Amino acid sequence: MFEYAPAPESRSVVEIASSYGLFIDGSFDGGKDGDVFKTVNPATEEVLAEVASAGPEDVDRAVAAARRAFGTWSALPGAERAKYLFRIARIIQERSRELAVLESLDNGKPIRESRDVDLPLVAAHFFYYAGWADKLGHAGFGPDPRPLGVAAQVIPWNFPLLMLAWKVAPALATGNTVVLKPAETTPLSALFFADVCRQAELPAGVVNIVTGAGDTGAYLVAHPDVDKVAFTGSTEVGREIARSVSGTGKRLTLELGGKAANIVFDDAPIDQAVEGIVNGIFFNQGHVCCAGSRLLVQESLFEPLMDSLKRRMATLRVGDPLDKNTDVGAINSAAQLTRIRELSEIGSVEGAERWSPECQLPDRGFWFAPTIFTGVTQAHRIAREEIFGPVLSVLTFRTPDEAVAKANNTPYGLSAGIWSEKGSRILAVADQLRAGVVWANTFNKFDPASPFGGYKESGYGREGGRHGLEAYLA
Amino acid sequence: MTVTVSAALSDLRSFLHGLPGVDKVGVEARAAALATRSIKTSAKAEAIDLAIRMVDLTTLEGADTPGKVRALCAKARRPDPADPSCPPVAAICVYPAMARVAAAALAGSGVHLASVATAFPSGQAPLEVKLADTRDAVAAGADEIDMVISRGAFLAGDYTKVFDEIVAVKEACGGAHLKVILETGELGTYDNIRRASWLAMLAGADFIKTSTGKVAVNATLPITLVMLEAVRDFRERHGRIIGVKPAGGIKTTKDAVKYLVLINETVGDDWLSPDRFRFGASSLLNDLLMQRTKLTTGHYAGPDYFTLD
Repeated sequence: MFEYAPAPESRSVVEIASSYGLFIDGSFDGGKDGDVFKTVNPATEEVLAEVASAGPEDVDRAVAAARRAFGTWSALPGAERAKYLFRIARIIQERSRELAVLESLDNGKPIRESRDVDLPLVAAHFFYYAGWADKLGHAGFGPDPRPLGVAAQVIPWNFPLLMLAWKVAPALATGNTVVLKPAETTPLSALFFADVCRQAELPAGVVNIVTGAGDTGAYLVAHPDVDKVAFTGSTEVGREIARSVSGTGKRLTLELGGKAANIVFDDAPIDQAVEGIVNGIFFNQGHVCCAGSRLLVQESLFEPLMDSLKRRMATLRVGDPLDKNTDVGAINSAAQLTRIRELSEIGSVEGAERWSPECQLPDRGFWFAPTIFTGVTQAHRIAREEIFGPVLSVLTFRTPDEAVAKANNTPYGLSAGIWSEKGSRILAVADQLRAGVVWANTFNKFDPASPFGGYKESGYGREGGRHGLEAYLA
Repeated sequence: MTVTVSAALSDLRSFLHGLPGVDKVGVEARAAALATRSIKTSAKAEAIDLAIRMVDLTTLEGADTPGKVRALCAKARRPDPADPSCPPVAAICVYPAMARVAAAALAGSGVHLASVATAFPSGQAPLEVKLADTRDAVAAGADEIDMVISRGAFLAGDYTKVFDEIVAVKEACGGAHLKVILETGELGTYDNIRRASWLAMLAGADFIKTSTGKVAVNATLPITLVMLEAVRDFRERHGRIIGVKPAGGIKTTKDAVKYLVLINETVGDDWLSPDRFRFGASSLLNDLLMQRTKLTTGHYAGPDYFTLD
């Protein structure tokens, strides 16, 4: 047996302060009421830092700072705004090793992913939108589209820095200023980003970062002086935000949950389909809103595909996120782990057959073995509810029509995958799927030039690409 | 008779074309992802020794002489004269004309003697010539034969011709092991590489080998990955384990370790042995020796501390 010796990335490449304040108007300060919360490394439960919790007064200050900065920032020629964005992108590239380690420590994702996926995409997003800043008149939104004002942005914990980039880059390119609230369990890379903004000499108040829990976010999106709200997270919270924003005239984009169908036809390239299934559900521990969490397999292929999938899953390396050979890292929080466990229990109780490869999970921290459920039907809760963890529900179908019907039979519609060697089938099926992104013979591929967003309860508005500009322009 | 032959032909064709397709983007992405594995310290030391034991130390030049071949055989037996703990390589690989010299030089060493045959590298000769070439090499002492398939026939869709040739060469090999070179760089698609792998295995190959080393594209990780998947699936269906030999272009320890990772995470333990996996290479060996010395002594020795043969 060829055992790989531990190959850990060095933790010491990034400095983590013992406590962090809020980033308002270009400088860090403590919250007005002195409340703090702790952020932990989910792989070890070790406390990484104490972070200020922003109260209403702090959010008021942040929004006021963003409002003050808006006048000069929006009046800058696009080419001048682009310079700042290009500078930010370059600094992110230069400091990507620090940021990758920080992201893996705070989030629990494997360093291989933060290094090879998150950070390159973060830099690419800033580069991409930097390029648009002086071409907005040619983006298809009229000859002189105007920014909206102050954008309130609330982002999730699954891709902390990448979601920040998806929100901040188009907002700044179009001349808006932002107040961003990172997720409670993963605030550190956003605070590091504040430092990147300072290093880039971004004018004070253009980017403000307020940390805190749900209350902080709720207060921020409801703030009367905010012109635009952008949220990525759960459908439940998205609904509350939609309610609080309705009738206020604020513009809103929501990127919410998903229960994507990954459809494998019997003429699929099997070995690559297996990779796509694994990547679709176990990438980032399944903490992916567009994860391929419902596998729809043509019944005639079911057994051989399950054999191949199980064999492949047995090679997944679960463990220390900082080890360069780790494939699946830690679950982001105790709360999320509880939710994954509960829904998995329900899957077993409802009669689905549960399987996980043998794998040694660390004693401390939050861990969940890669899991598949077979014998799942549309009537199972694990086929309908978003688990947001490394848990795959496997269903079967007989014909392309049935595959499409089952794939669309969900309140969500964020993404879908099709596996077939037959081009005409891919095109015909993709045409009928009600999902914002349809991947063909691949899964979880992202590019800043490609718009992303959902149908139905997966949200509205698009992020990324030329379409992503629209959400920040009037 | 005609009916049977055409039925067999059509069976072979429908079988090969019924194999699942290979998605180019996907297979290349998977190989690239596995190539990012970080193999350090004790794992690296193990990998290097295993890789040395898997080397088919090769010289296939028009300028090969008995002197050159004897020197290479000495290297094969004792790759690092300064370190007796260094294992010998798996085999020497030469042209048939050099087989007799090599057999004498390797006698009693346990190092195998592989000879290319069948009008290597093009394979463009009549079957009788190819068979005579094979018998000659075996008679000269080769216990492994590296044959080439007729790519022309394969690309023309004449699968039975390719199949029958392999069967005939296998018979001419007698007790010698048969490695079938697919010359993947000339097959054009991963689908063809998968089909050629199955064709060779069904016809009786003991090993399937990527390349002659004489064309522009030789062994690559994704090509080897497709071939490993083929031997894995073949064993599942037929119970027989076929070996794999990437050849050409593998020059560094880093390259070799990537191949071992590929085996480890595709087909597993059963192929992590010189009986099941070989590297067709020449300059690779010295890089392996250099890295080995670095791991044992803690510093790099210059190239003059390793023999040129």
